[in-house]
Amino acid sequence: MIARIVSFFGDSKYANLRLRLFYLVLALIVVADFLVPREHVEYLWERLPGWSAVYGFASCVAIIFVSKFLGHQGGLMRPEDYYD
Amino acid sequence: MTEFVHPTILFFVGALVIPFLNGTVRKFWQLLIPALAIGVVAIAQPGSYGTVWFLGQELLIARVDKLSLVFASVFTIMSLIGMVYALHLKRPGQHVAAFLYVGSALGVVFAGDYLTLFVFWEGMAFASAYLIFAAGDERAVQAGFRYLMVHLTGGIALLGGVILHGAATGSVMFGPIEGPLGAAAYLILIGFTLNAAVPPLNAWLTDAYPEATVTGAVFLSAFTTKTAVYVLARGFPGAELLVWFGTAMAIYGVIYAVMENDCRRLLAYHIVSQVGYMVAGIGIGTEMALNGATSHAFAHILYKALLFMGAGAVIYVTGRRKLTELGGLYRTMPLTVTLYMIGAFAISAFPFFSGFVTKSMVVSAAGYDHRAVVMLLLTLASSGTFLHTGLKLPYYMFFGKDSGLRPPEPPRNMLVAMSIAAALCIGIGVYPAPLYALLPYEVDYHPYTWPHVTESMGILMFTALGFVLFLKALDPEDTISIDTDWFYRKGARAFMRFAEKPFARYEQAVSAVSEKSLLPFMHRSAQAGLRADLGGIDAIVNGVARKVLRGGEKLRRVQTGIVTHYAVGMIAGVIAAIAIFAVVWL
Repeated sequence: MIARIVSFFGDSKYANLRLRLFYLVLALIVVADFLVPREHVEYLWERLPGWSAVYGFASCVAIIFVSKFLGHQGGLMRPEDYYD
Repeated sequence: MTEFVHPTILFFVGALVIPFLNGTVRKFWQLLIPALAIGVVAIAQPGSYGTVWFLGQELLIARVDKLSLVFASVFTIMSLIGMVYALHLKRPGQHVAAFLYVGSALGVVFAGDYLTLFVFWEGMAFASAYLIFAAGDERAVQAGFRYLMVHLTGGIALLGGVILHGAATGSVMFGPIEGPLGAAAYLILIGFTLNAAVPPLNAWLTDAYPEATVTGAVFLSAFTTKTAVYVLARGFPGAELLVWFGTAMAIYGVIYAVMENDCRRLLAYHIVSQVGYMVAGIGIGTEMALNGATSHAFAHILYKALLFMGAGAVIYVTGRRKLTELGGLYRTMPLTVTLYMIGAFAISAFPFFSGFVTKSMVVSAAGYDHRAVVMLLLTLASSGTFLHTGLKLPYYMFFGKDSGLRPPEPPRNMLVAMSIAAALCIGIGVYPAPLYALLPYEVDYHPYTWPHVTESMGILMFTALGFVLFLKALDPEDTISIDTDWFYRKGARAFMRFAEKPFARYEQAVSAVSEKSLLPFMHRSAQAGLRADLGGIDAIVNGVARKVLRGGEKLRRVQTGIVTHYAVGMIAGVIAAIAIFAVVWL
């Protein structure tokens, strides 16, 4: 069974199905975030439904591009024989 | 049972016996010792054991309280998992080193005074270095020398701080440092934060861990940084400095992980990132934050070891370590993929996995303490954690483009070890009560609330969306990344070119003296022990200097005698430490 689950995530013939399921999950999470009761929240953004989705996506994009920028333009990424 | 059996004794005795055993008996012994240690820690009663007077100082070999017990529990559990994972190794060297390493880590965790702590602290450095040297290739040997050099430097800072502290307060008892931090406290803090891999003192970790043996890296990932978390929690709770260093560290590791191509180095950068949460928690210093830091250390040891075991298994069966050379392994390694992913979900703090019930305690503690910026930055770092360990690494290692490799699953003992760790990752996540009961303070925290679940899922799954959309930008590249080790790898080389002449002349003078006056004296006294001692120390000094500064070829020869040399060096270090104490207090 484990092998079948793993191959669902690897095999390219399921690629479309995977993507559709993924978007469904994303939609469900946002919907759920609108429905959950929020009693004691401390910060402004915790009141905004869907905030975590936006923040998660923005964080991810920021991390990718800031790192790659530092690596390429900032000179942190070097050829493998740099220290030899 | 009122008496306390120190688990360090078990591991040290266990290490002594290993070389004399073979086959099944040795395997049984290697599992028996950690199992006994788990039992000993489980029944240990809080109290002070082993008070001794030494050079007019009161020393306390074992202080047993809730904080030390929670770390000792996870250390002993981890030693059993690590031993199962390494069970297939036929040669005894790494097993002995692992036992000495675990024993020393437990010695630090129970140490009631700074001198005991320091002795075990150095023991950890030497025992763990063997796990790097044992990989045997040129790169590992060089990384091992750098690792030792950095840790010895950190040890000197720690010892200096301890001496100043002892001279100022008249006591070497290890406890929270009171009042504003002075020179002594800063030196001790440098020693501690170096082992916690707090930037800029982090590069030893990401430099050396990926060069260690497959099984050795699993032990390394667990003990050194987490003993440092323990001593920070004991000595510096509420130190404001640590909040900001910890937060910066959480992001630092995540940023570097994007650039990384070596699978275990990527995971090593995530040790830096995860320990950042613990350091920040200690800096916040409220009961909830300290509980969070402690429980996160507990969970972290298990899931990080699981991740290192998964990556190690891939290296073991394929012989490759770069993401650019891997891919498509899911076809033949479904069990490894599944077990690895459990670790990845745990570190990413998915609901029903261990990180969810521990990491969030630190983040919430920051929130309750009105530290909105810290809270937001730590949440940002969690996004990065899932991005790399949960998406990038498994995608390029197990899925992605097909590398054509069709390796088998790793040996059964490796899969068993990974399964134990995976079971604990899920167990803690589903039923956190037993872990919460172990924590130093009473826990009033409920991780499973609807807003917390939907918020976490939002952060994580929309990180996944970013990954899917920008996959091309994340493709691993054939590069290495410059970290703070640049200063002693490149910088020291430049310094050597400048200083080579006077240095060489000095060396010549020293050797002339030793040949003319010292050697005859030694022959006369004919003490074999003394000779070995000097030879050993000399070899270390030369070895570290040349490897680091010139990267020469000659010193590969040192490799063969390395254990004895370093054992001698360690004893010499302890003697030197005692001598300094004697001078200060007598």
